[in-house]
Amino acid sequence: MQGFVQLENVQKTFRTKQGEFVALRDINLSVAQGEFVSLIGHSGCGKSTLLNLVAGLFDASDGVMLCAGREIAGPGPDRGVVFQNHSLLPWMSCQANVYLAVERVFGGNESKLQLQQRVDAALSLVGLTHAARKMPHEISGGMKQRVGIARALAIAPKVLLLDEPFGALDALTRAHLQDELMRIVAASGTTSIMVTHDVDEAVLLSDRIVMMTNGPAATIGQILPIDLPRPRNRLELVADPHFAQLRAEVLTFLYQRAGLAA
Amino acid sequence: MSVVKLKPSATQTSLLSPMLEVTAAVAIPASAGKQRYREAAITLLNSVVPPALGMLLFVLLWAQIAHLSGIPGPLKTWEAAKVLFSHPFYVKGPNDQGIGWNILQSLSRVGLGFGLAALIGIPLGFLIGRFGFMRRLSAPIISLLRPVSPLAWLPIGLYVFKEAQPAAIWVIFISSIWPIIINTATGVTHVPQDYLNIARVLQLSEWKVFTRILFPAVLPYMLTGIRLSIGVAWLVIVAAEMLTGGVGIGFWVWDEWNNLKVEHIIIAIFVVGIVGLLLEQAILWAAKRFEYKED
Repeated sequence: MQGFVQLENVQKTFRTKQGEFVALRDINLSVAQGEFVSLIGHSGCGKSTLLNLVAGLFDASDGVMLCAGREIAGPGPDRGVVFQNHSLLPWMSCQANVYLAVERVFGGNESKLQLQQRVDAALSLVGLTHAARKMPHEISGGMKQRVGIARALAIAPKVLLLDEPFGALDALTRAHLQDELMRIVAASGTTSIMVTHDVDEAVLLSDRIVMMTNGPAATIGQILPIDLPRPRNRLELVADPHFAQLRAEVLTFLYQRAGLAA
Repeated sequence: MSVVKLKPSATQTSLLSPMLEVTAAVAIPASAGKQRYREAAITLLNSVVPPALGMLLFVLLWAQIAHLSGIPGPLKTWEAAKVLFSHPFYVKGPNDQGIGWNILQSLSRVGLGFGLAALIGIPLGFLIGRFGFMRRLSAPIISLLRPVSPLAWLPIGLYVFKEAQPAAIWVIFISSIWPIIINTATGVTHVPQDYLNIARVLQLSEWKVFTRILFPAVLPYMLTGIRLSIGVAWLVIVAAEMLTGGVGIGFWVWDEWNNLKVEHIIIAIFVVGIVGLLLEQAILWAAKRFEYKED
């Protein structure tokens, strides 16, 4: 079956002073439309590299990458990216940060009023209508990350790419934003790929978890389907033995099998 | 708190005592009542007392040196300054004009030379910062020419332009262009990759990348370059005008030396210092307006 995002035999090598460094090899992955997939693995396993390949920020050294049936050649606004450190432009208000993206994608055939409505809608989706005119340094880390998500979603991307989006946040804020992301993605039906190193986060949010072996020359070790029914509730899941079992499977992979060649 | 800290030194230095009485007088009613009022008063005193003390010390030192060496002291200089600044804009022929004209002439030379330097230096800085090839190409030229003393360029200017005025502007230009180029280029290379990734993900046009990302990110660096540049330009103008003549604060210093009006030379030193200070403060003020906070 042809996936919405399709990766076939993708390989990525970096040229370094010590010669060629193989970061990723034999990556085969098919993500269905509307699916939420997490990439998990130890740091340095190339999970962010893989996400950057799909984002088009890196070129693949070998293999085929398709998004919605078209070859991925460089970055583009059909793939919205949420960066780990929010990456809001500090000299613009939250509103202006989102507007910059909206203007680029829809500016050609929509009026300023319509563009502004899109910005307002995106900010209200993440619950930040009240902070629209604030500058990034005036709001908390969690709010900044929400603006980052609003910016990525405002351009109505075919695929949402999240690079450890909550990695820099405290546990409570992280839990809150995970719930919000779950709600937003369920409402919009956006296909999502998220890099994370948080096992609970991966199990809670994903339809499938892609577990990567350790680098160098990392590849996909195992793909675990998460068949927990949606909508999912964090508190109920804690007591769910199936949740615990899925969680244990990911942990077992990370601590016992990630180091072995797949 | 700092009032308590200051008190022991009051007994040590008689110089401090008049200031400290002020401190105590403000602090006592405040400690009885409002904490905030007291803190504000302490902050104010901390920012006013030490500089005032420094100036007082400076004037006393000057008076002592004047007494020993025979140069005009503070009082004599002050009297001369009052006369001088009562008619700052008189004109009695090309070589005898008021102090106001001399300052304005110097400022206009600095403005022209520095303006040209900014006009050429800022785009050059962007090119050098953005393209590795340009950086490698320009590195040896910049390292070779930057350490050259500004006045070494004057004969070249005189030879090429055959006139004093453009030669002086040329010296300002060539000595103030380096900080602008180097700081702008540094700013461009320091634009965080994250911001450029946003531009790539959104596929922003080159114009948008420049106006929305590169320029605002580089602006603080650029203003540092401009501040250093104006500092150098103002530093160099006095020396350049001494050599080229005409109307200007540098030439005026030399003229007053020939007239042996030493108090006027001292006034000129103050004028140069104060104008330089004002220029720097103006740029700092502008820089603060364009500053952005990372987090």
